[in-house]
Parts: sequence; structure tokens; C-alpha cells
Amino acid sequence: MRLVLAEDHALLREGLTRILTAHGFTIHTAVDNADDLAVALRDPDAEAAVLDVRLPPSLTDEGLQAAIAVRAARPGFPVMVLSQYVEHLYARELLASGEGAVGYLLKDRVSDVADFVDGVRRVAAGGTVLDPEVVAALMARRPEEPLGRLSPREAEVLGLMAEGRSNAGIADALVVTEKAVAKHINSIFTKLDLPVDSDDHRRVRAVLTYLRV
Amino acid sequence: MTAPSTPRSTGGRLRITGYAAAQVLLAVPLLVVFVFFWVGGATAIIVVGMVILAPSLSALRWMAERHRSMAAQVLGEPMPAGYRPLPEGDPFRRVLLQLGDPMTWREVAWVVYAVSFGFALSLLGLLLLAIPVLGVLWYFGIEPIMVARSTVDRFFLTRGHTERLAERVQVLTESRADAVDDSAAELRRLERDLHDGTQARLVALSMNLGLAEDLLASDPEAARQMVAEARTSTTAALGDLRTVVRGIHPPVLADRGLVGAVEALAIDLSIPVELKLDLPGRPSAPVESALYFAISECLANVVKHSGAANAWVRLGHDRGTLQVVVGDDGHGGADQTGGTGMRGVARRLAAFDGTMRVSSPRGGPTIVTLEVPCDLSSPKTTRSSAKDSPGS
Repeated sequence: MRLVLAEDHALLREGLTRILTAHGFTIHTAVDNADDLAVALRDPDAEAAVLDVRLPPSLTDEGLQAAIAVRAARPGFPVMVLSQYVEHLYARELLASGEGAVGYLLKDRVSDVADFVDGVRRVAAGGTVLDPEVVAALMARRPEEPLGRLSPREAEVLGLMAEGRSNAGIADALVVTEKAVAKHINSIFTKLDLPVDSDDHRRVRAVLTYLRV
Repeated sequence: MTAPSTPRSTGGRLRITGYAAAQVLLAVPLLVVFVFFWVGGATAIIVVGMVILAPSLSALRWMAERHRSMAAQVLGEPMPAGYRPLPEGDPFRRVLLQLGDPMTWREVAWVVYAVSFGFALSLLGLLLLAIPVLGVLWYFGIEPIMVARSTVDRFFLTRGHTERLAERVQVLTESRADAVDDSAAELRRLERDLHDGTQARLVALSMNLGLAEDLLASDPEAARQMVAEARTSTTAALGDLRTVVRGIHPPVLADRGLVGAVEALAIDLSIPVELKLDLPGRPSAPVESALYFAISECLANVVKHSGAANAWVRLGHDRGTLQVVVGDDGHGGADQTGGTGMRGVARRLAAFDGTMRVSSPRGGPTIVTLEVPCDLSSPKTTRSSAKDSPGS
């Protein structure tokens, strides 16, 4: 898979390149500013992008804007956005288009290489991977309809789904069997009135509901 | 309000003639109050003097206020009285405070003018209209006459340049001292956060790495363990740093400005917050930061203390003042002077001549109004104007 990589710190760019190539990705282009990123994203050869939120020239949220823009031009283009800090607001904006294939993680998470690479793969496959900090903030909110219908356990499962975990991963985290997880997930789909569709697609819809996009 | 430069219509001329009539009529009560004031003052040692003085001071103020608003209409510009604040309660103390207010003595001096030359001017204006032959003279003469009368009124009834400056110096001295205190406290807090959090974790990290280095050859498994622990410490240290950075200047505020940052605050709150944010530009960075932390504090209080199910934030800019209203439907009873957080907010805003008002009757709702005079710069570049092509 050919990736566009945008990160303005040379050391981090090198590190990310090394990690991603070591795990079978190809770096299509690695850029350090928003203008070059825009050019790189227009190349039809690029299949996915890993972006830093803050990029020169203005060092505000160019990476995020570029991610939103590329997904407007190429719906469902997989984007993994990395940042020194995460904002629930930004997660919503990224997912507002309604397709999955979005990742939004703190840069620190890269240090857990296996998890990070797995996250990039999930995003490339159309999944949604949100940072646990975003999910934790969501859990703290008073649930509104239709989320209020979920049992606490189901809410927990949905949170882990938003973090991009597989059924096996969720089962591990909650110390239950995979079968139990599948049961919870089916119940979540029913309670959130998600139309019958492929499992992957329903998972994305459930996460979008969770974020109230 | 009509600016003095634009010519008045006949209706406008009639209106200011009406003021002249009112001024003529008020001259007699003014004279009475003036006499009572001095009689009361002279006999103030015995209680009866105070009994006379208190109402005559109130009457004097009331009449001076009427003249101020008339003069403001004639001259086409506001005429703030600028009284010193009077506390409720103890009438004796109020009289003393009023006597200590330079504005009272300005008003007393003004009475002498208002019942002599001022009275004559107003009467002249009135007579010009009353005598039909002089109609033309009235049409052209009433305005200069009333402007002359009102200009002298303004001279007596508003504070002089020096007084205003003196008061300004007083206010600035206080708010500067507060700002210096606040920033010193802020630096101490930062130092503590960095020392107890980040620094301590980095020390642990370097110790772990040192140990791992030692063990690498003899016990690779233990070394691996150490490296894993070191990674955990890094994550924690980064988390601490993020918290510290958010406390100094939240990244989302730098990215998106006040509107975006308030949206981000609202989304993270555990109760629904209705937003109506309308800013055509961005205030200066220090004002933006002060307002952000003020709103953040208000919303934190809503969640912690109000028991509210809903909150709302309104933000707007009008005539050089940025106004923020934070409200909730909780049980009210919040006290502006109670919490250190709210006091800090008021002090921080005061550094920009900003104000905070809290209205929180028992049973709610609580409404906090923040106002800061400021200009906005550069049109907004928020999501609404987000780029529609990749990059650019």
C-alpha cells in the first residue's frame, strides 16, 4: 500500500517512515508542509495518507483541513491523522463525511508500534480508529438518545469499537469471550437502529452515532 | 440622538424648547434644594441636619441627572455622571460618601449657574417661541442658545479631565497589581506541574534506560522489561506535558480561535450546551486567551455546582465590546465573590478593562455576562471557510 506521509519534524518523519516500511507499507511521498501535501494527495497513485495535524506554513490545523479536503475530493480515501493532542471536535469533523477509513491518534501511540501499524491497516481497510482519549471524553458525557438505550457494558464495547479494536481485541480488554462480544455488538446494532449491512459498515455507522456526527 | 453638526428639524427645535421649559420650571426646586442643602449642612451636627441633608442630596442628584440627559440630547453625545459607587444600607454613611464625592460639589456649584445664567438662557429660548413676532428669531436662535446652556451644564456636571485621569490611574494601578500577582501565581503553578510531573517522569525514564543498558548483556529479558517500562513513562510524561500546555495556551485556541475553542469546550462537556457564536474576526491573543479561560471556568462551574441539565453560550461583538453570556438552567445561588475561580476570572478580565456580572437568583437560572472592550482583527478563517480543494 502506497502512503503519503506528512510530518514537519524531520526525526519523526524518519521514524514513521522506518516503522511503516518495516511493516510492508510503501511511502509514496513524505512531505513536511501543507503545500507539498496538497500536491502529493492529488496523485492518483497515493492510496492512503498519514498526516500530522500541525504543518507549516501557519502551524495550525492544515493537516486536518487537507484530510477533510482530500476526502471530499476522493470519498473514502483512508486517512490516519496524528497529533500532539486530540480534540473531540476534530474527530467529528474528520468523520462528518459519513464514511469510515479515518484514524485519529495521539502521536504517543506510535510508540506502541504493533498497535499503531494495526491501526493504519484498519483505517486502510475502511475502519475507524479513534484515540482512547477521545473515547474517554465521550464516555464521560451524559448519554443522549439513542445512546441512552445502551447498557453500560454495551457502551464500553462501543467505546472499544471506536478505538478500532477487533472483536478479539475487545474480548481481551473486557476479559470476556469473543462470542459474548459478538452478542453485545449485535445488540448495539439493534438498539441503534442500524440497517442490515456488511459488518464493517455497521461498525463504522455505530461509531459515527457514538460521535453524534 | 442628533449630532450637533446636523441641522435639526422643526420638531427637534420644538423638543429642545421643551427642555428649556423644563429647565425653567426646575430652577425653583433647584433653588429650594440648594438652600436646604446648606441649611442641612450647617445643622448637620444635630441630627435634624442629617434628616434635611439626605433628601436634598437625593433631590439634587435626581435633578442634575435630568439636566444631564437633556444636555446629552442637545449636544448629541453621552454625559456620564461618574458618581462614586454608593453602598446600600446605612443612610448616614451614604450621606458622608456623597459629600466626599467631588461630583456632589460640582453639582452644588452648578446650581448657582442653573438658577442664574442658565435660567436666563433657557427663559430666553422659551420667550422667543412664546412671542409670535419673534418666530424667525426662535427658529434660528434656539439651537445656539440651548447648545450654549448645555455646554456649560456639561462643564459642571461631568468630571474634569484631571479627575478622570486620576481615577483611571487608580483603576490601572489595581488591575496591574492583580495581573502581576496572577502571572506570578501562574508561573509558580507551572513550575510545580513541571517539577512534580514531567521532570519526575523523565528522571524515572532515564533511570530505567540506564538499568536496561546495564542488563542488556547479562539479562536481556529483564532489560526488555525495563525498556517497556521506559516507554510507559514516556507516554505518561507526554500526557503531563499536554495537560501543562493546555493550561498555558490550549492548542485548539491557537488553531481555531475563540469560536472553535469554545465549540471544542462545549463538545467535551457532560451536558448539552447550546452555542450561538458570532465573531466577525479575532480579538488580540491575550484577550482571546483570557476569555477562553473565563468561559472554561464558567462552564466548569455549571457542571460542578449548578445541577443544570442544559447550558448555553452566546458570543458577540458590538460597538467595540466583545460580550459573552454563559447561562444554565440549574438551581442558581452562585456567588461572584465566593469562588476563587470566579474571582480569578474577574481579575484576569480587569487587566483588559473587562467586566464580569453574575446573576444567579435562588432557583436559577444563572447567567454570567463577560464584557471586554476590544477590536477584532482579520476576518475569520474557520471551518465555514475551509478550503474546498486539497491544500492551498
